[in-house]
Amino acid sequence: MARKVTGRHVVISTAGAWIAGFVIFFPILWMVLASFKTELEAFATPPSFLFFHWTTENYVTVQERSDYLHHALNSLIVAGGSTLIAMLIAIPAAWSMAFSPTKRTKDILLWMLSTKMMPPVGVLVPIYLIYKNLGLLDTRTGLVFILCLGNLPIVIWMLFTYFKEIPKDILEAARMDGATIGRELIYVLTPMAIPGLASTLLLNLILAWNEAFWTLNLSTLEAAPLTTFIASYSSPEGLFWARLSAASTLAIAPILIIGWFSQKQLVRGLTFGAVK
Amino acid sequence: MATRQTQLLARALMSPAVILLFIWMIVPLALTVYFSTLHYSLLDPGSESFVGLENFEYFLTDPAFLASLQNTLVLVGSVLLLTIGLGIPLAILLDQPVIGRNVIRLMVIAPFFVMPTVSALVWKNLLMHPVSGLFAWIATSLGMTPIDWFTDAPLLAVIFIVAWQWLPFATLILLTALQSLDEEQKEAAEMDGAGALSRFIYLTLPHLARPITVVILIETIFLLTVFAEIFVTTGGGPGLQTTNIAFLVYSQALIQFDVGTASAGGLVAVVIANIVAFFLVRIVGRNLEA
Repeated sequence: MARKVTGRHVVISTAGAWIAGFVIFFPILWMVLASFKTELEAFATPPSFLFFHWTTENYVTVQERSDYLHHALNSLIVAGGSTLIAMLIAIPAAWSMAFSPTKRTKDILLWMLSTKMMPPVGVLVPIYLIYKNLGLLDTRTGLVFILCLGNLPIVIWMLFTYFKEIPKDILEAARMDGATIGRELIYVLTPMAIPGLASTLLLNLILAWNEAFWTLNLSTLEAAPLTTFIASYSSPEGLFWARLSAASTLAIAPILIIGWFSQKQLVRGLTFGAVK
Repeated sequence: MATRQTQLLARALMSPAVILLFIWMIVPLALTVYFSTLHYSLLDPGSESFVGLENFEYFLTDPAFLASLQNTLVLVGSVLLLTIGLGIPLAILLDQPVIGRNVIRLMVIAPFFVMPTVSALVWKNLLMHPVSGLFAWIATSLGMTPIDWFTDAPLLAVIFIVAWQWLPFATLILLTALQSLDEEQKEAAEMDGAGALSRFIYLTLPHLARPITVVILIETIFLLTVFAEIFVTTGGGPGLQTTNIAFLVYSQALIQFDVGTASAGGLVAVVIANIVAFFLVRIVGRNLEA
């Protein structure tokens, strides 16, 4: 680093940053700790921070009493399914907009973005009624469908900004060599686009996993993903803090790990390329 | 050379996405508009009748609308103030030479990845519970009376929860922007004898103007539709104290089963969101040219 950095400066900013980071992270840490306590200890005043009787029984109870894995599977199918389908629809669209842009491409992109800005409550009533009539309420198919449509604009946008960075010369070279568009897509474009595809996939997996408007309103039990399952702790089971914590820890762990890996792409994806 | 064939193919590749999004945007919205002109209650099926703009009149003059509009504005405004007000110093702090920056970054970002129902319930029970919550214990230890958050300051409690979820987003974007600030400019300013404060005001803040705008617009779009956090903590109450527009529309639709009024309310929400979206689309669009 070119600028002079004094030792004192480093010590002060390091201490400040660690304290700030710890305070922000603390609720999650506290929840993880509570998940290893007994119900009595989780509720106790004064609280015990580390010196309590560590137990994993809550994790067992959560599975036995409320079939945690069933809801985890729902989350996986709904989040994974909706993201994969959205990718399949979005890849050709983003590809053609990035490589064969027309005068209207910009307008189409902005229009797609604007569909994401429609508040879901604006269409809650018709969607609920349509789902009710088609028997799609509380089904995984119904959730996959709606989350796919909800995230499609973001998927297209992210892919578009990544595809645009692929140098066009390479495509022209491939075309000169007589590659058809299909081959161009498979052999030239795909390998170069894999990093962008991966981060788009991960970010949208996170968004779909954590989506809590449609999942809460359109699922109750059978198709309930983890968001809805955790919400059920708000009423009668509200007093079982240790169990709530165990279920919550399991629900956020996979996404936290994926999220930490894709944090760099997060900024890009969520600002539609406006901040890089 | 882009032949006619290539262009046709490009159009064909785009059409599934365009058609799907078009249907997704038009059909439900058209139905909402249609329902909003009907007297239509799910509790009394078969009695639908055309009532013109009566639902809008009913929704907009309902005291619940004004209360929820006010709550929505307070919620959005406070969360924006908190996330940006805390996000700027936090981003500057993380931009300093700090030992273990990557670990700290992970800790700061983590809340963003926690699903809304989990953050809301963890805050409500483990932290904000008036007897056994951690905050109550801290207050008692300091000789103060614990706050009964969800009775005495329910909206503030919801604001804190939502701000905790969005602080990482603001910080991360501001940090990304800070890191692109030219190091040489900072040095030049320092050589010219600019103090830390004037460097912040004349160099850092102008540089952050654009990312701050982006944060405000994107957060606003999501904050206008905060739902799960209210759903699992207060259910809109006590009374209407934590009911925002999104929750009001939900309760009219799926608790009172009043399809007509809920549709009118939904359209009001769409109009409010569109005002924000208008500005965001313009900013992003300008960026697309560059």
